[in-house]
Amino acid sequence: MLTLTCPCCGVAAEETELVGGGEAHLKRQGPGSDDRAFEQYLFLRENPKGVHFERWRHAYGCGKWFHVARDTATLEVFGTYSAQVSAPPDDIRAVIFERRPGWSWREFA
Amino acid sequence: MTKRYSVFAIAREAMRHHQGWERAWRSPAPKAKYDVVIVGAGGHGLATAYYLGKNFGITNVAILEKGWLGGGNTGRNTTIIRSNYLQDPSAAIYEKSRSLYETMSQDLNYNVMFSPRGVMMLAQTEHEVRGYRRTAHANALQGVETQFIGPERVKELCPIIHIEGPRYPVLGALWQPRGGTARHDAVAWGYARACSEMGMDIIQQCEVTAIHRSGADGAVSGVSTTKGEIACDKLSIVVAGHTGQVCGLAGFRMPIEAMPLQALVSEPIKPCMDVVVMANTVHGYMSQSDKGEMVIGGGTDGYNAFTQRGSFHHIEETVRALIETFPIISRLKMLRQWGGIVDMTGDRSPILSKTPVRNIFVNCGWGTGGFKAIPGSGWAMAELVAKGEPGALAAPFSMDRFREGRFIDESVAAGVAH
Ligand SMILES: Cc1cc2nc3c(=O)[nH]c(=O)nc-3n(C[C@H](O)[C@H](O)[C@H](O)COP(=O)(O)OP(=O)(O)OC[C@H]3O[C@@H](n4cnc5c(N)ncnc54)[C@H](O)[C@@H]3O)c2cc1C
Ligand SMILES: [Zn+2]
Repeated sequence: MLTLTCPCCGVAAEETELVGGGEAHLKRQGPGSDDRAFEQYLFLRENPKGVHFERWRHAYGCGKWFHVARDTATLEVFGTYSAQVSAPPDDIRAVIFERRPGWSWREFA
Repeated sequence: MTKRYSVFAIAREAMRHHQGWERAWRSPAPKAKYDVVIVGAGGHGLATAYYLGKNFGITNVAILEKGWLGGGNTGRNTTIIRSNYLQDPSAAIYEKSRSLYETMSQDLNYNVMFSPRGVMMLAQTEHEVRGYRRTAHANALQGVETQFIGPERVKELCPIIHIEGPRYPVLGALWQPRGGTARHDAVAWGYARACSEMGMDIIQQCEVTAIHRSGADGAVSGVSTTKGEIACDKLSIVVAGHTGQVCGLAGFRMPIEAMPLQALVSEPIKPCMDVVVMANTVHGYMSQSDKGEMVIGGGTDGYNAFTQRGSFHHIEETVRALIETFPIISRLKMLRQWGGIVDMTGDRSPILSKTPVRNIFVNCGWGTGGFKAIPGSGWAMAELVAKGEPGALAAPFSMDRFREGRFIDESVAAGVAH
């Protein structure tokens, strides 16, 4: 069972308290964007086997959104961080560089 | 020549202590080049190969499998077969598939134990009643035989159901009398034997690690594998949960997310239900295998993962749902639990498609419900690979539908993950 520490309230929440929100740091599209941009935003996914960044919500706790860095193959959690950023922060990336040298994920590494 | 299986063969072998049975398929070393290379020896990859040979006479084919054939979702599913989907393109391909199951054992000379015992999808809310009535009407127009039945008929068909459930009483059901189950391994093995017999090479323990392109238009030219380089004119990627990874090797992204889905079976008990029952509102489904085990499935994990086990609380949820539906199982012991990595699309419909790379074709997105589709999918995919253009069955399922907004929404029919 997955346990994530919510950066908003500090609780080490287990999976049944949380709801996954899918891939993190997507660029939103709006009126005026073309079909290809919408396809990318709505449907095309990184879906990596390894290092991944996601949005999660502490739904049955404080109710707030946050970000998670996780390995989808081993379920190791590298860290959680604020929802108010548009890229993984340096301290989280440093942890991943240490544990998964050579990792890559979209334009962030 | 592979020897035919028959009652005479059994009698003959019984006389000589079963020493004359031969291996069902060859395990050759890969050749340098094939007309078609198929990545993934699950049911869909093998069925694609089979119909390439049978319908189009293309037999210079290799099927590459990183593990053992049928060891992916094909060997991990709960084997429900039905075609009571809502949209016309789905009904067409799933019903084609279901009808091919009817004669598969004869066609393959391999007993796949197809058992059209009937599939019942319970309606336990007013919304579900309305939804299933609509599906029954749609199915009538599509030529798929289903009907909406009342609670008395539900109880008659499956006496162990608790109709007046504690949370959601059974208000009726969508009933497909010719739906049912088949033996999953046998489907993979039967196709493998038939493909090998036609001269195709099934190469196990052979993972595709790179995809090569050449020429002015960058068409596919071959693959690197853990058993060396293999050239090909056409490549068909049929790898379910690993679609994103393998398509990534060819340089394009897919509208697919991989998630674990679990199933479990109980200790064997005496026959107590002879239909398949799915309860989508409480989220669980169950059937009884020929060995007497209760075969149970439930929900997917709500996030990307590649661990073939899944989260424990889904088992709790599923078992809770099924105990309220079938109180007699409350003291049953469970024997085994396992998971598979399912390939989910945004509209819960599959992808059978050309790709941005010329002569690479992809078949994926069957998600939680593609066992039932194996023969129909192979049939449609073989046409796409052979002709380079989709036929009527595959055409609606091309991957550009996500860009064009041409969805085939089956989120209701997909129901409880199965
Ligand atoms: C628990 C569970 C229950 C289910 N219940 C049902 C049900 O009741 N009814 C139903 O209709 N469907 C059901 N399904 C869905 C069904 O199992 C799948 O849709 C179907 O089996 C997919 O078949 P496939 O051939 O596409 O994939 P798979 O059988 O997964 O085959 C893909 C193969 O590709 C191989 N592969 C991957 N990467 C590589 C590589 N790089 N090189 C070489 N080979 C590679 C894999 O090893 C694998 O063997 C269920 C699934 C699960 C997990
Ligand atoms: Zn919180």
